[in-house]
Amino acid sequence: MKWNEFKKGIHTGLPVGLGYFSVSFGFGAMAIAQGLSAFHATLISATNLTSAGQFAGLTLIVAMGTLWEMVMTQLVINSRYSLMSIALAQRMGEKIGFLPRLLIAFFNTDEIFALAMARREPLTVPFLLGLGTLPILGWTGGTLMGALAGSVLPTDIRAALGVMLYGMFIAIVIPPARQEKPVCIVMILALILSSLFAWIPALQQVSAGISIVLCTVIAAAVCALLFPIRDEEVAE
Amino acid sequence: MSIYTYILTMAVTTYLIRVIPLTIFRKPIRSRFLRSFLHYVPYACLTAMTFPAILTSTATIISGAAALIVAVVLAYRGKSLLTVSLAASAAVMITEWVLIIVK
Repeated sequence: MKWNEFKKGIHTGLPVGLGYFSVSFGFGAMAIAQGLSAFHATLISATNLTSAGQFAGLTLIVAMGTLWEMVMTQLVINSRYSLMSIALAQRMGEKIGFLPRLLIAFFNTDEIFALAMARREPLTVPFLLGLGTLPILGWTGGTLMGALAGSVLPTDIRAALGVMLYGMFIAIVIPPARQEKPVCIVMILALILSSLFAWIPALQQVSAGISIVLCTVIAAAVCALLFPIRDEEVAE
Repeated sequence: MSIYTYILTMAVTTYLIRVIPLTIFRKPIRSRFLRSFLHYVPYACLTAMTFPAILTSTATIISGAAALIVAVVLAYRGKSLLTVSLAASAAVMITEWVLIIVK
């Protein structure tokens, strides 16, 4: 194990670890507000390491959805990770073996993926393990802190903290929507669809998990047909 | 159903999505439609989960709407994830306090 590479990885991952801590704090507070225990909230973060997927999963647990819905929802929401894993696999080359890949796959999140791909030097196993360490600790520790704070804070402050997660989602989608018109259109489509599912009485029968899946698949498929991405965007 | 069954299902599904392409399928996706679809999925999914749920996630629809507006304006101005998240929270608290005073 090359400690130098591991340390470089830790250093690169530090800002992501701090960011994850603050955002997962919101997830912890929200999980408590919806009736989960601090232990269960922390367990979800420690085993999943994904914001949108966990959030949808929490909605399904609270609504007591079926396991089939859970699988479908995670497949659709987290499908982007398969694309990232494919890109990361290309970037890692043949030198990195099967066992390290099993570990690295666990923490291939949007931000860690972006940092790994942005590295100029070749990717090594110690670097990647170092890169994942602080984000995992930050995400899990932040959830625990948020859950504990959520257990003692009054209800109105809990609800306010729960909004942090929505704030993060908005901060992720708005900047690219400004730059890419198709992204803006896919969002408007998804927004109209999810409003229909929430407000049209006949569509309210559709469960929370399935409606997220349908909104995502329909909006993304329509925009993929109307605005196929250029080839250079795929290289990233 | 036990909560552990749900958590295990979530975790295994998410892990398989990440690990299979990294270990077995190492070829790039050729279908332009599929690549475009996967490019748009995160935006569609995050939007569908945020709206209109954010409106009903707090005590009143007014404070939820305040959080939404504050977050969109700050995100549009390119503020960081943390700033936007905290400002949305603050907007909810302030709106709730103002509503209590007005009543």
